[in-house]
Amino acid sequence: MIYIQYILVIFLVICALSVCITNNLLVSLIIFTAYSLVMSVIWLFIESPDLAITEAAVGAGITSILFFITLVKVDKMNEGEAKNE
Amino acid sequence: MFSGLIHNFYETAAIIVFGIGFVTLLLNRNIIKKIIGFNFMDTAIYLFLASKGYISGRMAPILYKEATPTLTKYINPVPAGLVLTGIVVSVSFTAFFLAIAVRLYREYHTLDLHEIVSIMNKEENEE
Amino acid sequence: MSSFNEVITSFVEGTPKAEVVSKEKAKRVYKHHEMSLTERLTAMIEKGESKGARNAYTVIAVIMAIVIIGCLIYTVSSLPPFGDPSNPANNEVVKKYIMDGIADTGAINFVAGMILDYRAFDTLGESTVLFIAASAVIILLFRKKTSLEKKVADIEEKIYEDKHDVILRHGALILVPFTLIYGIYVILNGHLSPGGGFSGGTIIGAALILYNLAFGDKSTKKFFNFKVYKVITIVALSFYAISKTYSFYTGANHIHSIIPKGIPGNLISSGLILPLNICVGIVVACTMFGFYSLFDREEI
Repeated sequence: MIYIQYILVIFLVICALSVCITNNLLVSLIIFTAYSLVMSVIWLFIESPDLAITEAAVGAGITSILFFITLVKVDKMNEGEAKNE
Repeated sequence: MFSGLIHNFYETAAIIVFGIGFVTLLLNRNIIKKIIGFNFMDTAIYLFLASKGYISGRMAPILYKEATPTLTKYINPVPAGLVLTGIVVSVSFTAFFLAIAVRLYREYHTLDLHEIVSIMNKEENEE
Repeated sequence: MSSFNEVITSFVEGTPKAEVVSKEKAKRVYKHHEMSLTERLTAMIEKGESKGARNAYTVIAVIMAIVIIGCLIYTVSSLPPFGDPSNPANNEVVKKYIMDGIADTGAINFVAGMILDYRAFDTLGESTVLFIAASAVIILLFRKKTSLEKKVADIEEKIYEDKHDVILRHGALILVPFTLIYGIYVILNGHLSPGGGFSGGTIIGAALILYNLAFGDKSTKKFFNFKVYKVITIVALSFYAISKTYSFYTGANHIHSIIPKGIPGNLISSGLILPLNICVGIVVACTMFGFYSLFDREEI
């Protein structure tokens, strides 16, 4: 069991590093969602199911939706400017 | 020192992720990247707190198959309550920061902080 | 546009861009608080050479982060071992919460009993933070649409009504009811199993967002608009505040409380925790859907 936890923790660090390195915003957001999901699994391992369910709903759900919608909105504004010019 | 780090591997990982989030916050010029870095720092601190409450071989703090609770059967419920509060606050500030980012984009048509600052300085000079 | 022209002319005349920037900076002395962190460093190290200053900023930031992480990791290496029952974190507070929790609160989920009974005002503050964040987002993004924009939106809705994604629609038709029921289950069982107001409310908010994405704006507005949002959120928050104030007024450990505890383990038990969970769930669900709607269309 302990080895699964080691693997998950290493995955966590790799996710964080790759978000820091990538230049593409969409890719970094998708990696951030994966990070949140792994975080919720880790919380199951340290016996806090309350936190796991909240993180799965909030971190991997709503926060990612908000980020994606911000990106979509920024892109829309970009297109509108191109049309106006 | 090294064996201590391996014993406390959750805390070590939390510190490393905290550092990566800190560097992302400092070095990236994109506002959305900065917000992601802030979120990393948040989750790292929650992981640190929650792992301090864990006791090996015990169960989650929910009464299980007994009438009155025995102390040696359950882990520490205090960090879980604290972190639960923190997660919701982190969502609130993420939404707030993103709203500010959208407003900045509407005003300056860029998400790059350096460009925004230089445009602001230019506008002030013109005045 | 003027800046662009300047850059172009500077390229034609052969002066590099960095010098243009340095000339502009020489025009006027900035006050300290008007500069960004990079520019402060620029001013500190050497005026004009912004590239060198930026590199210096990067190096200093990385060194600072490494020093902080080094200090923290050194501290972690001498912490008490992970999972040890004799850790200083496991003190008499835990003993109180676990041993007296069921008699005091009636909830068999100790975490729910803790955050909604012993520390209920803390949770009220948390819901208020969420409410204030929603208000701030409304202030920043809410915009009344002009009549022309409304007409355009109507026409677009009519055009796209038949063209909504078929897979998304049929998938949502199956998924939304189950997600809603699961969210309600998580809220109602907050004192018996993992979950509670926050996670359940978020799940319901996600279900509403899926419904909105699949069936469009108009069908959502039939049951959820700005007025409904205001009324529901304020009623839920006030009910929370008033009921918990009553509970603390009669004594924090419910010395003379008239609210029955019920049998621990039953669905309707544990006094005020169930209604408070429902209140928190309503506030969170409305706020999450409000966030989405404000970011997407700048209205609720």
